[in-house]
Amino acid sequence: MASQRFEYAPAPESRAIVSIASSYGLFIGGEFVDTLDGRSYKTVNPADAEVLAEVTEAGPRDVDRAVAAARAAYTRTWSKLSGRDRGKYLYRIARLIQERARELAVLESLDNGKPIRESRDVDIPLVAAHFFYYAGWADKLAYAGFGPSPRPLGVAGQVIPWNFPLLMLAWKIAPALACGNTVVLKPAETTPLTALAFAEICQQADLPPGVVNIVTGAGETGRLLVTHEGIDKVAFTGSTEVGKQIARAVAGTRKRLTLELGGKAANIIFDDAPLDQAVEGIINGIFFNQGHVCCAGSRLLVQESVYEEVLAKLKRRMSTLRVGDPLDKNTDIGAINSAQQLEKIRMLSDVGESEGAARWSAPCELPERGYWFPPTIFTGVSQAHRIAREEIFGPVLSILTFRTPAEAVEKANNTPYGLSAGVWTEKGSRILWMAERLRAGVVWANTFNRFDPTSPFGGYKESGYGREGGRHGLEAYLDV
Amino acid sequence: MTTRGPVETAELSMTTAGERHARPEVLQPGTVTGVASEVGLRSFIAGLPGVDQVGADARAAMLASRSIKTTSKQFALDLAISMIDLTTLEGQDTPGKVRAICAKAQRPDPADPTCPPVAAVCVYPDLVPVVKQTLGDSGIKVASVATAFPSGRSSLDVKVRETADAVAAGADEIDMVIDRGAFLAGRYKQVYDEIAAVKQACGPAHLKVILETGELATYDNVRRASWLAMLAGADFIKTSTGKVSPAATLPVTLVMLEAVRDFRDATGRMVGVKAAGGIRTAKDAIRYLVLVNETVGEDWLNPSGFRIGASSLLNDLLMQREKLRTGRYAGPDYFTLD
Amino acid sequence: MSERQPRLAIRKTYKLFIGGAFPRSESGRSYVVRKANGEFLANAALASRKDARDAVVAARKAFSGWSAATAYNRGQILYRIAEMLEGRRDQFIADLAACEGVDPAEAERQVDESIDRWVWYAGWSDKLAQVIGAANPVAGPYFDFSVPEPTGVVAVIAPQASSLLGLVSVVAPVIVTGNTCVVLAAESRPVPAITLAEVLATSDLPAGVVNILTGRVAEVAPWLAGHMDVNAIDLTGLADEPSPSEGADSTSGSPSSDNSRQSLAADLEKSAADNLKRVIRPPQDAVDWYADPGLARMTAFLETKTVWHPIGI
Repeated sequence: MASQRFEYAPAPESRAIVSIASSYGLFIGGEFVDTLDGRSYKTVNPADAEVLAEVTEAGPRDVDRAVAAARAAYTRTWSKLSGRDRGKYLYRIARLIQERARELAVLESLDNGKPIRESRDVDIPLVAAHFFYYAGWADKLAYAGFGPSPRPLGVAGQVIPWNFPLLMLAWKIAPALACGNTVVLKPAETTPLTALAFAEICQQADLPPGVVNIVTGAGETGRLLVTHEGIDKVAFTGSTEVGKQIARAVAGTRKRLTLELGGKAANIIFDDAPLDQAVEGIINGIFFNQGHVCCAGSRLLVQESVYEEVLAKLKRRMSTLRVGDPLDKNTDIGAINSAQQLEKIRMLSDVGESEGAARWSAPCELPERGYWFPPTIFTGVSQAHRIAREEIFGPVLSILTFRTPAEAVEKANNTPYGLSAGVWTEKGSRILWMAERLRAGVVWANTFNRFDPTSPFGGYKESGYGREGGRHGLEAYLDV
Repeated sequence: MTTRGPVETAELSMTTAGERHARPEVLQPGTVTGVASEVGLRSFIAGLPGVDQVGADARAAMLASRSIKTTSKQFALDLAISMIDLTTLEGQDTPGKVRAICAKAQRPDPADPTCPPVAAVCVYPDLVPVVKQTLGDSGIKVASVATAFPSGRSSLDVKVRETADAVAAGADEIDMVIDRGAFLAGRYKQVYDEIAAVKQACGPAHLKVILETGELATYDNVRRASWLAMLAGADFIKTSTGKVSPAATLPVTLVMLEAVRDFRDATGRMVGVKAAGGIRTAKDAIRYLVLVNETVGEDWLNPSGFRIGASSLLNDLLMQREKLRTGRYAGPDYFTLD
Repeated sequence: MSERQPRLAIRKTYKLFIGGAFPRSESGRSYVVRKANGEFLANAALASRKDARDAVVAARKAFSGWSAATAYNRGQILYRIAEMLEGRRDQFIADLAACEGVDPAEAERQVDESIDRWVWYAGWSDKLAQVIGAANPVAGPYFDFSVPEPTGVVAVIAPQASSLLGLVSVVAPVIVTGNTCVVLAAESRPVPAITLAEVLATSDLPAGVVNILTGRVAEVAPWLAGHMDVNAIDLTGLADEPSPSEGADSTSGSPSSDNSRQSLAADLEKSAADNLKRVIRPPQDAVDWYADPGLARMTAFLETKTVWHPIGI
């Protein structure tokens, strides 16, 4: 016994719960159909680079067909249904998601690389909760503060990212349908599988054909969708660069637009913070979902008087992070979603070093196959460094210091982004003082990366416009 | 697999860790005694970083979701058994009952010689001689509660005498309770002095200081009381008497583990943690081990760093052990009820 | 094979619903409940003041947990009630046809609307605060917000005529916000209420959140109205007459005429004033239970809490 150590044996979640088809078509008009003019591509498991399935990259005629199906469904059925009945469909979908929760969690981890603990305990429960929440709004829109009988917009074209595939789908589809719109949604190129599983759920719920259409594909399919004449509304979550392209593309049209884009959030630690929980908050802020989070706390601002202590605690805590098989229930940090993303993280980290910041990575063994990056921090970072300005979208934290609250605010706001911020202090009035001054759409105090369907989420400045979640999230899908 | 006796381990880390580092002046036991240091003690305790309840609960809950399987589970079950302070603290205790649990302590599973013994047997002071006599030189520690357990409502003299009696009767370890009334009233110095006096009365015996966290109400208080006890000379800090609900919880134990970790960083002295009360299943026990593993690490993953005060837990650990060995679920009829 | 004899049905004993259990009245009494056509339907428990007292204790005990549950959780449970009710749709249709003498189509409509009513209120659990709460722009360095909180234990005199939809329409808005309640079912039509209790008991609703008494309004309601540990009372059920075809059994001590009902309502309201219970008065006009319920039945049993916090470094 003395020679042994307390270690965790592998505890993998069973893959047997999911059945992945070898190839998938597009979900249009309530059915899976073959492409008219697209082609197929492979989606891989980023943890081992193995192919999971062949999926379709929808072409122009596919997108036409999907938009036509959504329009037909809008005109013939969905816009004529009562709010109560729209709500009932959404409740059904919410229940089906709960019933198939474990399967969806495994599928999400396989396709995305995120740890099963997160897909199981965060992503999928939030997805179900989001549908429940908006199901309840469907027959209560008159109470939402947008006038006595607010009207839907029509057909929404929605493009979502790969970091929270099914959750982003829920954020888009649930409010759209609750408000009476129909949708054509394009999941991210690298993470189409849970969206296709969702299509099946729509079938199980007997959702009228065409209300939800899923067209898989890459950037070009997304461009076809958002520029399509037949849609009334564009909702996009993704990079600021693409967001700007979309804003230009819809300029001069009647299309409504909401954008949820990048971020470079400051996580601000004052010297009177509850330090052990603050360290957990730093970890959660930047390493949750491998740092593939638009609102990640990627810039740590620590008050100089506790800098050494926080750094020591942070490094100690980082050394206990378990990086590896996303399906292992004990994994804290999974795989980087794609080779391309890994390349970007590596490139920016190298830039950080060459610009003079000091790099430290938690000691951990990375699997040989697949895409991996160790949890990493940079110290000696200044506001001028690229790693303090550009969104890395990976498990990389830049650490800066400050002396006064005003300096913290100044540094936190000194970015083109404005999605989120964190403040850690035991002093309530300072939290509110900071919150008042931070130019960010979400301010977390003594916590980080919290999400709830009732709570509006979205950015200031180049982090986008419009809000998702909460009563405010209805506005994006109503003619107000 | 060899069984590591709890005795050697205890001696090993308890004596060495403390000598390694020079202690900062402010944290030297003794420097905060005396009239002038009342203020110093208060401001030190008040200046400890706060604990955010929601965050601490969330961290404990996250660690509770760790999955321990196969070989690690086997190891964890034996480790947990070796950390148990097998306890009986009832008004109806008799020498007969105590002898029975002493037997169980030495051979928890009579059918399986590979099963390790527990760390200690914990009783009321009057039964210490029975335990001492029954355990003999088995290596299992004799632990006694003292200081007007569980309420602590008696004079310091009586508490010191009770401690000295128990030690004289053969107790290797004393589980004292702090004066929660004094602590909640902010009389930290009084709590400190009392612990220091009992520590002195312990002589060679190890002192476990029970904070009774269920009565301290906040995690901030748990952290403060932990530091107070450690500064006053505690060898272990312990969650609960088991007579108050809530007793041990994962987040409370997390806060105490962070305190012993920080205390060693500051002073070089390693203080153990004992979770007591309400830990009834192997699953619970393993969650505590995970908490220890990820908060303070290997140094505490032995009977001199972590103890579990329990009685019914032992049989559940044995049943899980049996399940791992045979592959089928065990039944309570096959394990002794002592 | 022998010929199958006509099967003799097992009849159900209708009991009270208190603290998640189904006790008989502590008084040992019962009363005859008749169908709309006057036939014997059941012996319902005739609740006493002590049953009312026990029900209040159960409701109070449940309050801390239920009011502290997340809005999401409460919404899930109300939705679950709708699911369970849907599963017993046929039973309720039969109950209503018997109790109210309505035709099957009307019974069906009432049951369907009752199911949907639960769903409507389930959706409000995590939205009401967003509609009636506020961040208040006070003139000073303070963050100031107002949130609704449940008032506590609510006594509900259920509508006498609409024995299911009316009942659901007065109970759901009370509990969705975190209150607990003691409901006095429609006096001469208590059967759907007891069947509903069986739904509630199997819907993850914590014991004691809803307690249902059957019996005489005139006997029990004064004890509820005067109870100092009851925070609010809904007198809706004092507005309407059960039905003209009602059997003679329920007349004794019941509010049989407009006058006596009005004076009982006034007495109850006076009694309620002893600890300033929040009161919903009996409606003046006939209530259309099929109409959009609005927010009033929820807001009547909510307190508004306003919190001030300084903003500064």
